[in-house]
Amino acid sequence: MAETAPPLPREKRRQKAEIPSPPAAQAVVAQHRLTLWQRIKRDRVMLLLTLPGLLYFVVFHYVPLLGYVVAFQDYQPYLGYMHSVWVGFANFSAAFGEPAFWSATFNTLEIALVQLVFFFPIPVALALLLNSIASDRIRRFVQSVVYLPHFIGWVIIVSIFQQILGGAGLLPDVLGGLGLPRYDMMSDPDAFPWLLTLQVAWKDAGWGTIIILAALLNIDRQQYEAAAIDGAGPRRRLWHVTLPGIAPVLILLLILNLGQILSVGFEQILLQRDAVGPDAGEVLDTYVYYHGIKDNDWGVAAAVGLVKAVIGTALVLGANKFAHRLGHEGVYRGADR
Amino acid sequence: MLTAEKTRATSESTAPAPRPATVRKSDGRPPWMERPTRIGQIAKAVAIVVVVLAVAYPLVGVIGTSFASQTDIIKSSGLVLWPDHPTLDAYRTIFTGGVVTRALIVSVGITVFGTLASLLVTVGMAYGLSRRDVTGSRFILMTALFTMLFNAGIIPNFLLVKGLGLYDTYAALVMPTLVSAFNLVVLRSFFMNLPEELYDAAKVDGAGDFRILVRIVLPLSKAVLAVISLFYAVTYWNAFFNSLLYLNDSDKWPLPMVLRTYVLQGQSLNAASAGEVLAPQQAVQMAVLVIAVVPILCVYPFLQRYFTKGVLTGAIKG
Repeated sequence: MAETAPPLPREKRRQKAEIPSPPAAQAVVAQHRLTLWQRIKRDRVMLLLTLPGLLYFVVFHYVPLLGYVVAFQDYQPYLGYMHSVWVGFANFSAAFGEPAFWSATFNTLEIALVQLVFFFPIPVALALLLNSIASDRIRRFVQSVVYLPHFIGWVIIVSIFQQILGGAGLLPDVLGGLGLPRYDMMSDPDAFPWLLTLQVAWKDAGWGTIIILAALLNIDRQQYEAAAIDGAGPRRRLWHVTLPGIAPVLILLLILNLGQILSVGFEQILLQRDAVGPDAGEVLDTYVYYHGIKDNDWGVAAAVGLVKAVIGTALVLGANKFAHRLGHEGVYRGADR
Repeated sequence: MLTAEKTRATSESTAPAPRPATVRKSDGRPPWMERPTRIGQIAKAVAIVVVVLAVAYPLVGVIGTSFASQTDIIKSSGLVLWPDHPTLDAYRTIFTGGVVTRALIVSVGITVFGTLASLLVTVGMAYGLSRRDVTGSRFILMTALFTMLFNAGIIPNFLLVKGLGLYDTYAALVMPTLVSAFNLVVLRSFFMNLPEELYDAAKVDGAGDFRILVRIVLPLSKAVLAVISLFYAVTYWNAFFNSLLYLNDSDKWPLPMVLRTYVLQGQSLNAASAGEVLAPQQAVQMAVLVIAVVPILCVYPFLQRYFTKGVLTGAIKG
């Protein structure tokens, strides 16, 4: 399928948006004039196949939302939801009055912004590099290599970085050998956002090229030819043909990333929080984890989690809406974490 | 600028221009393109080598160090690319220790069973939702897709797992991530793109919905199933979040938790394994890393050719 028609992002997204459109389904209903029960009976095999998955989504994604009542309670596990004391918004005011909460919020935004500004261009540059490799064999080889780290878990990646940048690692040894101070990036609070960005780049820069490469393939070759005949050199073709050609995809990705700004990598940060200390290493997710699950301060943790979830969902929905208004089908991607 | 973007976007999507069938030949260059300059070629080659090395060097270093002896490690300050005195001591230490062996069994177990369970449920749901005329399929699809927009969060999920009695069970490593909405979308759009005639022909021959799934749809979907299995397997193999939250009993820990304790937090495995001290600490740590990475390295080449297609189906059609 790929060789005849390289994927067209927007068009296919549009297809998807059409899938749930009701007229088709309703037309079928009108044709057959079956009662609901008759239709369910007719479709029983299909519905039964769907049932386990539906149950999963309801139980593990919708039911837990009820758990947020804890945010309004002085929750005690041995009392449960039913018997814990209701405290109104006391948990929220407790959290908002705590400097640690604001510090975590600040860290979250700082890390997210550093990643947005400094990680975002890397897959684009890498995709341009990959795209410019003329030999199919070399390109495929490089692609295989750079996609690989996406599949390696955070524990492993952090361990590897520890080995290279950590106190007893390679870089401090090399620096020491040169008579320079043994710099340990892994425990430098000021460098924390940069360390995280470096790790994200190692893990996901290659994977991020997939969607950009598809957008690049989608650019009409005749535009390049026309530009070249009109005397545009490689640099001007990049500026006037390539970049405008992938701009819609880039803008879409950027907007969707902005929507994700409150969700910086929990696993990655939790693993390294202790090395830099909570002042630099605490983000909203780790705040919730340490307050709730480690310190049993359930109410406050749930309150912070609820604030984060509400604002986060609003941001994602807003980002999608904004993407729509720019003429794209905003699709939430990144479910493959 | 925004309006310019919009017009460009719409004009592109309404009138897809014809594309030449082959964009690249092995010699690559279309007639209008300039001959690449020497400096440009060299710069590109250097960039490619740097990128490949940046990925490969740490991985090779980890594998090399796991076979290294104490003298190798001291000589090369940390990562040993090619040990002069290769030894299997590190692996011997690990496998006599018991901790890593047990974690390995746990990880293999949840990866195998988790992937199978996820695959079964996802295939059933994707197939059930792939025919538009099925009653309620739109509602069910929306119920699943809507979960991509929000995440209940750590505390409610934790309380749910506790409430369901899954805390400290292996099921807690599988159930909360049983179906990925992303994989569901990938698989469903693949099923929907199979030719309608296949279904019609099978229906005429008297095959029921389930029979069509097993005899016709699944055999045609091997590639996409392979990709989705890889995605699920990697999730379970790397399961750190779920085990951190839901497993208290360290005897039940899968490999990532053991890695964290013994590699990142630097607790000595030699001490943990009651056996004698055999290998340098660093080599032992790297050996544990190798055990965690190698399965991924082994499966990866076989599946790699499929997953660009798979990811694009999900990200773009999705």
